[in-house]
Amino acid sequence: MTTEIDIEQLLRRDSFIERSARSRAQALLDPGTVRELVGPFDRVSSPWLALQNLVTQSDDGVVVAKGRLDGQPTVVLAIEGAFQGGSMGEVGGAKIAGALELAARDNRRGIPTQAVILFETGGVRLQEANLGLAAIAEIQSAIVDVRRYRPVIGVSAGTVGCYGGMSIAAGLCSYLVLTREARLGLNGPQVIEQEAGIAEFDSRNRALIWGLTGGEQRAATGLADACVADDTAEVRATVARLFAQGVPARHRSERTSEFLAALEQVDTETQAAAAAVRAIYGEKQRQGDPA
Amino acid sequence: MERLEFAFGAAQPALGRTVTGVVASGDLEVLLEPGGGGQTTIAVQTSVDGYGATWTALLERVFGAGALPAARIEINDNGATPGVVRMRIEQAFEEAQSTGGKP
Repeated sequence: MTTEIDIEQLLRRDSFIERSARSRAQALLDPGTVRELVGPFDRVSSPWLALQNLVTQSDDGVVVAKGRLDGQPTVVLAIEGAFQGGSMGEVGGAKIAGALELAARDNRRGIPTQAVILFETGGVRLQEANLGLAAIAEIQSAIVDVRRYRPVIGVSAGTVGCYGGMSIAAGLCSYLVLTREARLGLNGPQVIEQEAGIAEFDSRNRALIWGLTGGEQRAATGLADACVADDTAEVRATVARLFAQGVPARHRSERTSEFLAALEQVDTETQAAAAAVRAIYGEKQRQGDPA
Repeated sequence: MERLEFAFGAAQPALGRTVTGVVASGDLEVLLEPGGGGQTTIAVQTSVDGYGATWTALLERVFGAGALPAARIEINDNGATPGVVRMRIEQAFEEAQSTGGKP
């Protein structure tokens, strides 16, 4: 990974981050194959937001797109990060979980269906509380179901990133693709600062945040499989390449003992630094990854 | 949050349906479907209260002439400025006429 900016590439590129969830889903699938399920005109939106004086979005911030990727049956679940921080409510969560459950059923019926989840989410939608949490649990078990047959690939492009219960869902994916702009973490910087104090984590220190939880660091420490540029063609090519690798021999979430051993080596007396974390986790990753 | 409803005279029904924009900060979502009876109806849900007069003035400017295709329009607004509202509506009509029915 280089920090030098290639101006020509920068001018040519088609940003993935700047696309809406619907546009991202369309860009990943083969042209002409895309069919949206439970779309905006089905009017299945959150029944809870209006009760709390919040404006609803017709698709509850989740786009379910069925189609093909390089000819293979694929379902893309795209979360709209700009709507309520990409938070998972009852409806949006059920759309993702339901689509994954149908994909698992298709696999069992002999139609090998793979899935892409575009994580752009702060986690559970607090306004929908337990219903959102239950939906996230359903998403997680559905990912584990589908990934037995075909890979489930998580992508977080940014700029929201992927947090909370949905970061666990991202961890369950067969492969995870991030950009340099993306962040992946269980708790967001402000939550950590609020709970543990500014000495533990300064949520205004952007270098610290991206250094520890940014896409580049997560890929270097084996918590993501690829760190790509914010380029639609590159994101798509990376997703296609990972699908071609098939289901991994061991999923990341099955390698907990390696990660726990690495975690034990972390010195919690001092402020964590990106290089120190890489030294511990990067080494573990090389040992654990047969690829 | 406030809900507002409008109706204007219109031309032939729109060719297709489309959705533009998202309910992001300072943005809005416009759902457009073909309408009947030479009339365009607009249902607005906005996060900002007390701007009924501004909405009326803006929508009259866009739809008052009755020249646009007849449509059923739903607007979910999260504090967009009038300029953004107008552009999203125009984008929706452009897409509805060109794609003829997606998504």
